Amino acid sequence: MKKINIWLPVLSIILSIALDVFVKDSGKHIKAKHPYLVYLLIILCIFFVAVAILSYFNEKTRTWIVEKALFYAVAVLFLNFLNLITKKFTLLPIIYFPTFDKIFGVIFEERNFLALCLTSSGKLLITGYIFGAIAGFVTGISVGFSKWTSYWVNPIVRILGPIPSTAWIPIVLISFPTTFSASAFLIALAVWFPTTVMTSSGIANIQNAYFEVSSTLGAGKYYQIFKVGVPAAMPHMFIGLFNGTCASFITLMTAEMLGVKNGIGWYINWQKDMMAYANVYAGLIIIAVTFSILITILFRARDKVLVWQKGVIKW
Amino acid sequence: MVGEIKVEKVIKRFSQLDGGEVVALSGIDIKIKAGEFVSLIGPSGCGKSTLLRLIAGLNTADEGSLYIDNEEINKPSYERGLVFQNPMLFPWLNIHDNVAFGLKARGVYKEKKKEVDEFINLVGLASFKKSYPHQLSGGMAQRASLARALVNHPKVLLLDEPLGALDAFTRMNMQDELIRIWKERGTTMIMVTHDIDEAIYLSDRVIVMTPRPAKIETCIEVDTSRPRARNTPEFLSLRSKILEILNFAGAVDEPDYYL
Repeated sequence: MKKINIWLPVLSIILSIALDVFVKDSGKHIKAKHPYLVYLLIILCIFFVAVAILSYFNEKTRTWIVEKALFYAVAVLFLNFLNLITKKFTLLPIIYFPTFDKIFGVIFEERNFLALCLTSSGKLLITGYIFGAIAGFVTGISVGFSKWTSYWVNPIVRILGPIPSTAWIPIVLISFPTTFSASAFLIALAVWFPTTVMTSSGIANIQNAYFEVSSTLGAGKYYQIFKVGVPAAMPHMFIGLFNGTCASFITLMTAEMLGVKNGIGWYINWQKDMMAYANVYAGLIIIAVTFSILITILFRARDKVLVWQKGVIKW
Repeated sequence: MVGEIKVEKVIKRFSQLDGGEVVALSGIDIKIKAGEFVSLIGPSGCGKSTLLRLIAGLNTADEGSLYIDNEEINKPSYERGLVFQNPMLFPWLNIHDNVAFGLKARGVYKEKKKEVDEFINLVGLASFKKSYPHQLSGGMAQRASLARALVNHPKVLLLDEPLGALDAFTRMNMQDELIRIWKERGTTMIMVTHDIDEAIYLSDRVIVMTPRPAKIETCIEVDTSRPRARNTPEFLSLRSKILEILNFAGAVDEPDYYL
């Protein structure tokens, strides 16, 4: 049973390749330069054959593939199904639902331009994110620890925070010198609010006894803030950062649709206007992959920083 | 010897939500000798924890003053270490870093690095240095928190029901551990407890407090030599004496008539 399991994705891929090669195209779609789907399937096939073979020697690979084999097999079947209803039988409008060959073709043939778009989006996102996160930590920590700041700043946070940062577009566009700085500001704003709120509420929830103990151990005020308050609030801060990340993606996509001359959100919008839906899908796939990589990195960082939490709180 | 505590005419009130006031301590006078092991015992609400917090400097007295070696206490200091019933280890630090916390906070970690290991060994946690608090049992966590307080070489160690959350056997082991550490270090120890046996077993002096008005009822010297047995006649007579003071002796109702 387990042996079949390991080879399941490979079988599924071979079936898909066979279907793509032997079932006749409907001929309604414009032909792509190369059968890119088959290329991709071949790469996947090589990968899963390698994994299957490795799993006989490596315990870790084995547990992974035994667990995930069914999922990947079905995922490839689903890809295959989409391929059949577009390229083979053309059951959906041609213009909005291009073939996989076209979509992967765009990713491959326009890779340089897409990389350029991705880089400029990345620059914008990272600039905004870093400023937003730092501002969020600073505001959150000072609201959490200083009564004076809490009195004066908290109402501002409460009023300005919940406004979706994209709603600021009309004002931001006229008050910033460049579209880049305007967009970066919007992203920073989107990250700032959840980070601030979660940081300060994390600090508010710390048991007072931790501060009492640390004061009897000789810790001064600032030592308590940074060595007790901040680490104790860290789980909340990560929730804030996580929410901020999601908000920053939304803001990035919207911000790029105004005024900028480059970027992955801009690319999608532009291609949509050109009715080039293969390119739109290509852009979406790139966004999906990039964002999920970013989220994974954030989760890994959290696991590393919050290693002490294992068994205390589960997300 | 250092670590003498003097409490003079201390009054502490707490205001309540309805505007009223509760007198948590009404005129407390005690002197605790340097190197003495003293227990504060009494029912809930008699102000024993409040007194401990005042000595720690976590709260301030409304009237009267407290002194350590003739210096007035007005804020917390590492010279008066505190151990709560809940170990309150910092969950984000491993045991080594928890114990090292005080030294790092005072900026003397570099010179005194070695002592961290010494105190971890003293409480028998050498093989758990790299563990996080959630991986320890209640007894081990409490030992770690003892080590964390002791590494600062406090003049006085304040113990707020430190063994209250432990099971009976761990508890008795930890009592012996406390005695051993106390003998080895000569630190003044002031312990709040609910457990009369524990108080008699450990202390040089048991201070019995009563609620409403919260004050010291009496001080009982325990002058039997250590190590003490928990079942000697002296032990039991002290025990019944304290129970009587606290009105828990359970007076036998006289029957209305005899046959």
